[in-house]
Amino acid sequence: MEESTWDLVRRSLLPLAQGMLEGTIPLTALSFVFGLALALVVALMRLSGVAPLVGVARFFVSVIRGTPLLVQLFLIYYGLPSAGFPLDPFPSAVIAFSLNVGGYASEVIRAAILAVPKGQTEAAMTIGMGRATTLRRIVLPQAARVAVPPLSNTLISLVKDTSLASAVQVTEVLRAASIIAGPTYEFFLLYGLAAVYYWVLCLVLSFAQTRAEARLDRFVAK
Amino acid sequence: MDGNGRVDGNTAEAPLLEVRGLQKSFGDNHVLRGIDLEAPAGSVTVLIGPSGSGKTTVLRSLNALEVPDAGTVRVGDVAVEFGPALSGRALARAGARLRAQSGMVFQSHNLFPHLTVLENVTEGPVVVQRRPREQARTDGLALLERVGLREKADQHPFQLSGGQQQRVGIARALAVRPQIVLFDEPTSALDPELVGEVLAVMKDLAAEGWTMAVVTHEMRFARQVADQVLFLDGGVIVERGTPSAVLEDPREERTRRFLQRLIDPL
Ligand SMILES: Nc1ncnc2c1ncn2[C@@H]1O[C@H](COP(=O)(O)OP(=O)(O)OP(=O)(O)O)[C@@H](O)[C@H]1O
Ligand SMILES: [Mg+2]
Repeated sequence: MEESTWDLVRRSLLPLAQGMLEGTIPLTALSFVFGLALALVVALMRLSGVAPLVGVARFFVSVIRGTPLLVQLFLIYYGLPSAGFPLDPFPSAVIAFSLNVGGYASEVIRAAILAVPKGQTEAAMTIGMGRATTLRRIVLPQAARVAVPPLSNTLISLVKDTSLASAVQVTEVLRAASIIAGPTYEFFLLYGLAAVYYWVLCLVLSFAQTRAEARLDRFVAK
Repeated sequence: MDGNGRVDGNTAEAPLLEVRGLQKSFGDNHVLRGIDLEAPAGSVTVLIGPSGSGKTTVLRSLNALEVPDAGTVRVGDVAVEFGPALSGRALARAGARLRAQSGMVFQSHNLFPHLTVLENVTEGPVVVQRRPREQARTDGLALLERVGLREKADQHPFQLSGGQQQRVGIARALAVRPQIVLFDEPTSALDPELVGEVLAVMKDLAAEGWTMAVVTHEMRFARQVADQVLFLDGGVIVERGTPSAVLEDPREERTRRFLQRLIDPL
């Protein structure tokens, strides 16, 4: 008996939602958090003025920006096992995406730190703060506010980039769609459905971004 | 309150602030060409001079925001001899020790936009000086009361007028209980009708005995409040003395011309 299009859609909703909740969203969230932590370290290395640290940071950013994300993912997933570190698909993907976010977001964070007016650092020095305290208490809170819009864009790109993880067998939205599409040949329908899932998630995130920006904008030194 | 630079009546004491042979170049631009100055505790020193004469650079040398190429700066019992021998970590430490002696009020207030008014004032005492939070809060509110902004304590800087922001800047500078307070043109970014409220606060501070070094072009303030006026031009102090001597009856032609231009810019 032929399955109707409607039945196929209904049968697919749950597996795709599962792909989103168990694949796409945790993959995005973990990679974003680890990636931001890495990005902060890389940004501070670049701003340290210490030649070897600056060099390492620039090299890292250059490699991340100059190579395809899919190749980075393959290098981790296929490359690390042959170097003696076998990894499951999900952790491989988290590592690859974290490194990628770390590279791109470090440039955003560096620019945001540099955007904090010099007078802020000087005022902090005149009340007796040292470099580390000034960074933690004065510069980073303001830089974070400057960085929200561009980092939101990084996050939204990351949501979409996680679809590449389907290439290393991580069951996220796109792979869930492929698994159903294969035997039924309903590629257009299933990939269209997958697109809707990504789109809705990104819409939610842009909405949150707009609200966050409006709240934070006032607290930035002009 | 002790240790904040009030006059203690002991006139035989060395001046609180002492500067000798200050030199500073930015590239080929020789900005300070041997600055000497002294200020007793509790005195108000006003620096005047044309744009680019080095007033800001002198002031910023006193707390090592600008590092002089040569010369010594002493504030209270902290003396620093600048020069090629002082660099790296030693320089950073010396600068920090100097800064611990002074507070600074900037032309563009430089308040911390992400903190409330009260937090701006208590940040130094709590985070740097590790005073108990409750105590710092009480002191901070008293300081805000002093500058007439007690009721703005929980607002953020962007919610205040320029004059109010500048008064918070003054409270923030006083909160760390400095020996001397440095003011770099504190009113020149303000709308004319807001200048008075800031100068009034500064006048009160002078009367309370705070030691102050002020770059300003507010001649009425200089006349009423200053103990000494220094006229700076081309990186040297061309003329110095009491306000009446320097402002009413200048000996130097350059001083006369500068004052004439202030009165009649056209
Ligand atoms: N960070 C700097 N780098 C290069 N040159 C500087 C720097 N700071 C000041 N200068 C130069 O040093 C000279 C003196 O500057 P300074 O700011 O001390 O003058 P000023 O008397 O405060 O002037 P104004 O009344 O315009 O504030 C100027 O020629 C200025 O261009
Ligand atoms: Mg100046």
